[in-house]
This record gives sequence, C-alpha cells and structure tokens, in this order.
Amino acid sequence: MILRLVERTAVLLVSLAVSSVLVFGFLAVLPGDPARVALGVNASDEAVAELRRQFGLDRALTTQYVDWLTGLLHGDFGTSYISKAEIGPQITDRFQVTLWLVVTGMVIALLVAAPAGTVMAARHRKLSGLALSAFSQVGVAVPAFLAGILLIMLFAVKLGWLPANGWTPPAEDPGMFLRQLILPALSLGLVQGAVLTRYVRSAVLDVLREDYLRTARAKGLRPFPALWRHGLRNAAVPVVTVLGLQLATLLIGAVVVERVFVIPGLGSLLLDGVSNRDLLLVQDVVMVLVVAVLVVNFLVDLLYVALDPRLRVSR
Amino acid sequence: MSSQADRQTSVPVDAVDVVSPADAEASEAAPAVLTVRGLTISVRDLELVSDVDLSVGPGERVGLIGESGSGKSLTALGILGLLPEDVTAAGSVRLSGIDHDLIGAGERRLSRVRGNHLAMVFQEPMTALNPTMRIADQVAEAMLVHRTQSNRRTARAAAVELLDRVQLTGIARAYPHQLSGGQRQRVVLAIALANDPALLICDEPTTALDVTVQAMVLDLILRGVTARDSALLFITHDLAVVATICQRVLVMYGGRVVESGPVREVFTNPRHRYTEGLLAASDLEAADSGPVGTSEPVRRRLPTIQGTVPAAGHFPDGCVFRTRCPHATEVCAERPPWTGDQTRGFACHHPAGADDV
Repeated sequence: MILRLVERTAVLLVSLAVSSVLVFGFLAVLPGDPARVALGVNASDEAVAELRRQFGLDRALTTQYVDWLTGLLHGDFGTSYISKAEIGPQITDRFQVTLWLVVTGMVIALLVAAPAGTVMAARHRKLSGLALSAFSQVGVAVPAFLAGILLIMLFAVKLGWLPANGWTPPAEDPGMFLRQLILPALSLGLVQGAVLTRYVRSAVLDVLREDYLRTARAKGLRPFPALWRHGLRNAAVPVVTVLGLQLATLLIGAVVVERVFVIPGLGSLLLDGVSNRDLLLVQDVVMVLVVAVLVVNFLVDLLYVALDPRLRVSR
Repeated sequence: MSSQADRQTSVPVDAVDVVSPADAEASEAAPAVLTVRGLTISVRDLELVSDVDLSVGPGERVGLIGESGSGKSLTALGILGLLPEDVTAAGSVRLSGIDHDLIGAGERRLSRVRGNHLAMVFQEPMTALNPTMRIADQVAEAMLVHRTQSNRRTARAAAVELLDRVQLTGIARAYPHQLSGGQRQRVVLAIALANDPALLICDEPTTALDVTVQAMVLDLILRGVTARDSALLFITHDLAVVATICQRVLVMYGGRVVESGPVREVFTNPRHRYTEGLLAASDLEAADSGPVGTSEPVRRRLPTIQGTVPAAGHFPDGCVFRTRCPHATEVCAERPPWTGDQTRGFACHHPAGADDV
C-alpha cells in the first residue's frame, strides 16, 4: 500500500518534470518573437533587442526554463509580455470558472451514464437496451461544440428558457450563475455521458457474467440487489479508469465550449493568449492544464486501490 | 451435531459408516425434500435435459453422475432457477415446505427459497466470491438477506462461527484473493450452510481443488449436512466419491437419467450399458491385477467407452447412448421405457445381467 503510494507519487513527479520540459521546449522553438509581437512590425531592431533583454529572452534557454519553473513552484506565473498584467491572478480566476464547468459536466455525464449503461447491460437483448445503445451511439458522434450550438438553438433561441451565453460568478448572483451554467455543462456532460455509457455498459455486462453474481443470487439476493451490492464496486474499477482519461477530453471540450458560450474560463484565456501571441500566458495555461490532468490521474490510481483490495497486496 | 458425526475424522471414507441401513429406510419412508418431475431444460428448440425425474428424501444423500455434457450441472441450475439467459426449464420442481412449484415462480418467491431452504456449492471456487468484499460480510449477507440474523453484528458473529466450523479461523476480515482454492470453497460451503438448508446441492465441489484438500472439503460437506439433517444432491463424475458419501445414485447421459438406485446395487450390478461402461472405465483394481489366471502381473489397459459424448443436440433419438453402445440393435432406435420404479430402475433395451436369463 505504502509502496504503491510512493511508486505512484514518483511517477507523478517524473511526469510533471517531463511535461514541463516539453511545454517549455515546444513553445521556445515555435517561430514568432514575443518582443517583436509586442512592439509591432514597425519597431526598430534595437527596440526589439532592448525588450528581449527586459523580458529575459536573451538569456540561455536553460536559464529561462529554470527561472520559469522556479517561479511556478513559488506560485509566480510571471507577467504577460503583451498586456503587462500579472498572469497568476488571471489563471486563478479563470480556473475556477472552468472547474465549475468541467465538474458539473462530469457529474452530468455520470448521472447519465451510470443508470443508462446499467439498463443497457441488463437489457442488452431487449428493445429498450438496444434503443439506448443507438441513442448513445449518436451521442458519441456529436462533438461538444455542436451539442452546445444545438442546445442554444433549442433552449435559448427557440424556447427562450435559458440565456444563450455569458457567465456570472456564483457569489454575485447564484440564480443567474446556475441558469448560465446549465447549457454549457449539458453540452459537455451529455457528450461525455454518451461515451461513458458505453464503458459502463461493457463493465456491467462483464460483471453480470461473473460467478460471484451467481453466488449472490444463490444466497437469495434478487437480480438487482445482487448487481447493486456485488456488481457496482467491481464494475466501477474500469469505469474510473475511463473517467480519469476522459478528464483530458473534457478539458479540451471546455476550451471549445467556453468559446461557444462566451465564458471567461481557462479555455478562452488560452485561445486569447494564442491569438495575441502571448507566449508566456499560453505556456502557463497549458502547464496548468497538464498538471490538472496528471494530478487527477494520480488520484484515480489511488481510487483503484480503495475500490479493489487485490491491488493492496504489498509487493 | 450428532455424536456419530463428531466421531468422524478427516477421512471421508468413514462417512459410509454414519448411515445405518435403518437410517436409510427411515428417510425413504418420509416425504421427499425435493421432488423433480419431468424437468426439461432447453435453449430455444434444443433440449439439453429431457424429462428428468428425481427425488431426495430428508437427510438423504444422492449422487448424480455422468460424463461432462450429460446435463448434470444444468439440472442443478434448473432446480435452483439460476439457468443462464435464454435457457428455459419446464416440468415441476417441488420442495417440501414450499407451497409453490419452483419452475415458473417469480424472482421474488424464488429468492426467498434460494440460500434459505435450498443452497448450492459451485464447481469453481476461485471466482465464486466477490473480490471486493470481506469474507465474513459475504457469509453474513446470506443470513441478513433471509433475516435469520436480525442485525449486522449478530450476523457477523454467526458468520465467524460458521467459518470456524469449516476450519477457517481468523480470516473473517480477509478478502477472497488472500485465500487458497480450498479455503474459498469452504467459505462458499459456509455461505451455503448458513441458513440450515433442507437441501444442499454440490456441483463438482472438489473437481477444481488439489487432491490433498479434496478429502477435507468432502468431509466438511458431509459433516455440515449431517449436523443439520440436510439432504444432499451431489453432482460429480468421480464414482469413488459417490460410493463414499452417497446412499443413492442417479446416472445421467445425454440429458436423461438412464439408471438410478442404491449406490451399492448400481455399482455392483449395473443394468444400463452406459453405467456398465462407466464402472468398467473406473475399475482400477481390474486394471492392476492383470488377466485372470496368470500369475504374471501384466497391466491391462483400462477399458473405455468408445467414442465421445456428442455435442448438445447431436444425441441420437431413441436410446441416447446407442451410438456408443456395443450392444445396440435396431430396437434401440425406440426410446427405451423405464424399467423398475422410482428407487431402482433403468432405461435400456438390452440391460446388463439379463443376457444369460
């Protein structure tokens, strides 16, 4: 148990280190000089060189990398080359917005997938199961942004029930916050839910074929209680794996969905950074996203151990 | 537990002594615990088990033997109502004390019988237990489901005691993967015996186990049913085990019961040609002793039944054994009638031991 924790932690730290090098390296070799971008095409070479010196871009790449990383470790994300604003507070602000979106989307996905997948497995030979299967197949094929546009057309434009876009922090106006959260979270959650449903279905199908479920029935449990008490936890193991992997997809989906719904999240910050050639901002946001995905997958690893006692054997 | 049972050692061979002839007679007189009539199990149009009749008296131990694919396990699952999807059962399965037929009963009513009046030990212990649940909880659940223990605490204490009885101590908080196959099968046995069932069905409970622990598990099964006066339906292809623990035996082939009777009678004087072949193929003494009349210890080959068990649906009509039977004639194309009665009988046109009459 302890050994596994140490092992997983080591893996996490190594992945973090490697990914920081990759993120920094890719953006460093990218063409386009931030100083030139900041000053415009008409600036003199001297002015550009001066600004490069100010930004510290004239130093060796290794020095820049170490500086950047040390800053991150101390919570200092640096100052934007373009807007001259501190990046740290922007990221914290935007991260909360995206977190709401992603977590709500994930919850919706689970609320859709767990019952739908279970019904699909339990009735896989019956019409209701097949109908759900077909429905989820359609869901898998729809990208989140398209789902978002369709939802806006239906609920905002046609029915006028919900606002089409915008964002209000929960502390400011909880009612408005919820109304504006529903559509973007749905467009993320429904699509992810459709994907997840298929994994839940196959996990539950596997469990239904297990001998221990027959033992449970032989004890006198009826089919559903048997599945609930003996199948759920066993089926959860493969589903949790997918959940961890899906988080990355969900973050990418959030970037697009934030654009569709005009939400000031991490995704729109990233896209703004890219179009403004705000190199340091992009670098920081990408790093934050990478850390989020790695940390969640680390937590998923620990969750396995909680779910499956067979993994607790000390090697 | 009776004093006789206490006297038993871990060698199951002793068990035969437990049953005095008087006991056996008494059990035959009382109404049967299990009465199966015309049990037919089929998948779509294909009959896998046909028209099986069997009954088990109170406290009686009945063996069900036959090669793989003869329908033994399906019969057991059919009785329990736990057949796989798409497999259906027809006929009648009655359990004494239960006022409805088990065939066609809904899940709600069946689940009250399963694990309570009727329990089962399966063949494969490695996968029979939930890997994410502690042993004692899995045993305790059997009692909580049927409310034979009122709360979690007493159920757990009862579970620990049940585990003690199958000689598993200090493993209550363990998970299945921490136990060996033999230990797991004892846990399954403890679960099956938790509510003192009137009938315990064991489907090849020792087949998947090491030879060294087979005797121990058999002994524990025997002690368990004896202590509770439970009847036992024991499915196996091991004739020696049947001879050791059962009073009566049914021989199945091709989804039919082809012969039944008291173990001693069937094994010493088989009438159906399939039973005869089965016994000859297990007769190690004859194989060791060499041909009669020679002092040289020449090893004979063990006789085998020619051919193999056909795949389901490919058994011949008439007598199901006729394609492999050396005595088969034209008349065998007709279904042989049952000769004898419920307690002793066979279905064969050319029974063994009748040639010289």
